[in-house]
Amino acid sequence: MKALRAARMERCIGCHSCSLACSRQVHHFLSWNRAGIRIASAGGLSTGFEAKVCLACHPAPCAEACPSGALVQRRDGGVMQKKSLCVRCGLCAEACPVDAIYLDSENNPYVCIHCGQCVAFCPHNCLEMADLSPREKDGEADHD
Amino acid sequence: MIRDFFRVMVVDLSSGATRIAEHTGRAEFLGGSGLAALLFETYGHMDRSWDDPDQPLIFAIGPLTGYYPLMSKTCCAFRSPYHDEYTESYAGGKSALSLRFADLDALVVTGRAPRLTALCVGSGGTDLRDVEFLRGFDALQTGRVLRKMFPGAGRRSILRIGPAGENLSAYACINVDTFRHFGRMGGGTVMGAKNLKGICILGDQGFPLPEGKAYPKLYRRIFEQLTTTEMMAKYHGVGTAININPLNGLKSLPWRNLQATAAPAAEAISGERFADDVLLRNAACAGCPVGCIHIGFVRERFQANNQYLYRQVGYDYEPIYSCGGMLEVTDPSQVLRILDVIEKEGLDCMSAGVALAWATEALEKGVVSKGETLLDFAWGDAETYMRGVELISRPPNEFYRQLAQGTLKCAARFGGEDFACVLGQEMAGYATGEVFFVSEGLGFRHSHLDAGGYAWDQKHDEKDVDKALEFLIEDSRKRIVVNCMVGCLFSRGVYTEDLLAEALDAVGHTGFGSSLSAIGERVQRLRWRLRVRMGYDPRQVKIPKRYTELTTWKGPIDTDYLEALRTEYAARILSMAAPAPGSE
Ligand code: SF4
Ligand code: SF4
Ligand code: SF4
Repeated sequence: MKALRAARMERCIGCHSCSLACSRQVHHFLSWNRAGIRIASAGGLSTGFEAKVCLACHPAPCAEACPSGALVQRRDGGVMQKKSLCVRCGLCAEACPVDAIYLDSENNPYVCIHCGQCVAFCPHNCLEMADLSPREKDGEADHD
Repeated sequence: MIRDFFRVMVVDLSSGATRIAEHTGRAEFLGGSGLAALLFETYGHMDRSWDDPDQPLIFAIGPLTGYYPLMSKTCCAFRSPYHDEYTESYAGGKSALSLRFADLDALVVTGRAPRLTALCVGSGGTDLRDVEFLRGFDALQTGRVLRKMFPGAGRRSILRIGPAGENLSAYACINVDTFRHFGRMGGGTVMGAKNLKGICILGDQGFPLPEGKAYPKLYRRIFEQLTTTEMMAKYHGVGTAININPLNGLKSLPWRNLQATAAPAAEAISGERFADDVLLRNAACAGCPVGCIHIGFVRERFQANNQYLYRQVGYDYEPIYSCGGMLEVTDPSQVLRILDVIEKEGLDCMSAGVALAWATEALEKGVVSKGETLLDFAWGDAETYMRGVELISRPPNEFYRQLAQGTLKCAARFGGEDFACVLGQEMAGYATGEVFFVSEGLGFRHSHLDAGGYAWDQKHDEKDVDKALEFLIEDSRKRIVVNCMVGCLFSRGVYTEDLLAEALDAVGHTGFGSSLSAIGERVQRLRWRLRVRMGYDPRQVKIPKRYTELTTWKGPIDTDYLEALRTEYAARILSMAAPAPGSE
């Protein structure tokens, strides 16, 4: 199983092409929030950019916090989303350690599903789809 | 959001009232430049000066903003403190997408706040905050504070001014998201006159996209074209700074206040040298994969014993020309240090550089004395120029008060008009010849971006007034169409009018088909009409003597040709500004 990795963010130019692509293609929406990946400056533009994107945790704190079964653990890391089950409590977003889940104004969660559609739109090759390593499969991922 | 009207937020700083206004006219004016002109007709005052509190400051985006790559700029329009007539300026950063996602086609700010104020707008309304404590803060520091005051890192745009805007220099800029600017014609001055220190635009909404395959397919096609063509490589590679060497080779590089048009030392500040020696990284406007923003670094020892600090300073061709070549500063780090001070003070870097170049020559020739300049300006002396920038921004005497209003205004008062490098405003960096001088000198916003006169000069040595002016008028009409979209002009080779029509169709703005060209012409006329109604007379525009003393690759400037172009272009502008048949 593969996961999206923001592997080379030091190359990022802050163009938002990735988040706009996700918004467009995965969510059929135009927004830089409603997307699995969001780009923020790390504190003003002179500090470079960071990607707010799912780390594909295993076990996934967001899934553990979800009371309705809307977010379920993916086999090798990260979560699958069953939108119809979501009760919009927002607990998943609260539980995510890296602010990877965006809640829209109605509390609908948006999280990366590791489909990789954004990768082709990054002009600086900051993003990649990586095989989840066995260590991560064992659920001992160290994401530092 | 696709709709056939414009959704405009109008904020009155005097009363604090905000309302949403709906305006018709999408089919006739499209957006951006056209929308801004339309809004100025509605909210502006022909009979009151630029600093009347009721004059509007307008920010407008286009129908495709955010929907396609490089549809990433905002048009800012206002009555300019520089000439007290209608003008506009363009910038990107995150401003355009923030407006799009705040569900606004335009923001109109009127009135004057009683105290220094910051305005935050979003889809949920506005927030006005007293920021009197920020008086005198530089533009970068102001950005830092505003980022803390308003939420939303990564999905908001922060516009602000420095001391120059507060002090009403006629060429104060609006800094947008640290590295972009509404640079020319004094947008920052208008904010200063309104007591408006900063504007935060929260792009906190979004829109469902059209169903079907046409839009994503077209998006992909355009994205591929824009990320693979050679044309764009120029902008993200070395960047526009690549122009230094070729212009130097063509004897078209303004040097030492245009005392020369080429210099061996120019190589030291070429785009290639900047890239090799001081380029730190690239950045992009939101929605643009090209990444043309070049950020250099300056490392400075501030104390003995190896105590260093560093700064990041954006550069481009124009800043290098105006603060490098014009001042004969030939070390990239020194150029960046001057630019850094200009950035903080919040001045237009082209105007500031050219003003200092003129002051240096005026001092050299004894037209003014140190009693006026207070500083011993000398070619290449970056340290003194840095202090000069601060004096323009915070004028201590009459000389600097005048210089802050424009080089030609200062020269009219103290002498030295012959060598003031002013073409409507302090010139852009193309000493290419007669067509460019007339194009910038008389053009709508006195910008090299009004039309490609510089390119015409570089390719044509025949002297055909009609052909040259046909080109200028037709090329500016085409650029106006892109400016109505408000697309980045770097992409104009890809976004032909056919492709723009197709792109509009794919998102649901149907029926533009062949009308884009007519819209361009309509907006061209409307803009001229506005300016002329505010007093513009292109026949009165003078091309300073310095421009007639130059030599380019074509040889000495031909003053007869220059004069013929000038007279005929003025006549054509006036005919474009004539009331549309049956309209008045
Ligand atoms: S959304 Fe957050 S908590 Fe959930 S798997 Fe991704 S990173 Fe982990
Ligand atoms: S991998 Fe897919 S879901 Fe995740 S951010 Fe990219 S496009 Fe969105
Ligand atoms: S597409 Fe790449 S360069 Fe652009 S914002 Fe995303 S990660 Fe950064």
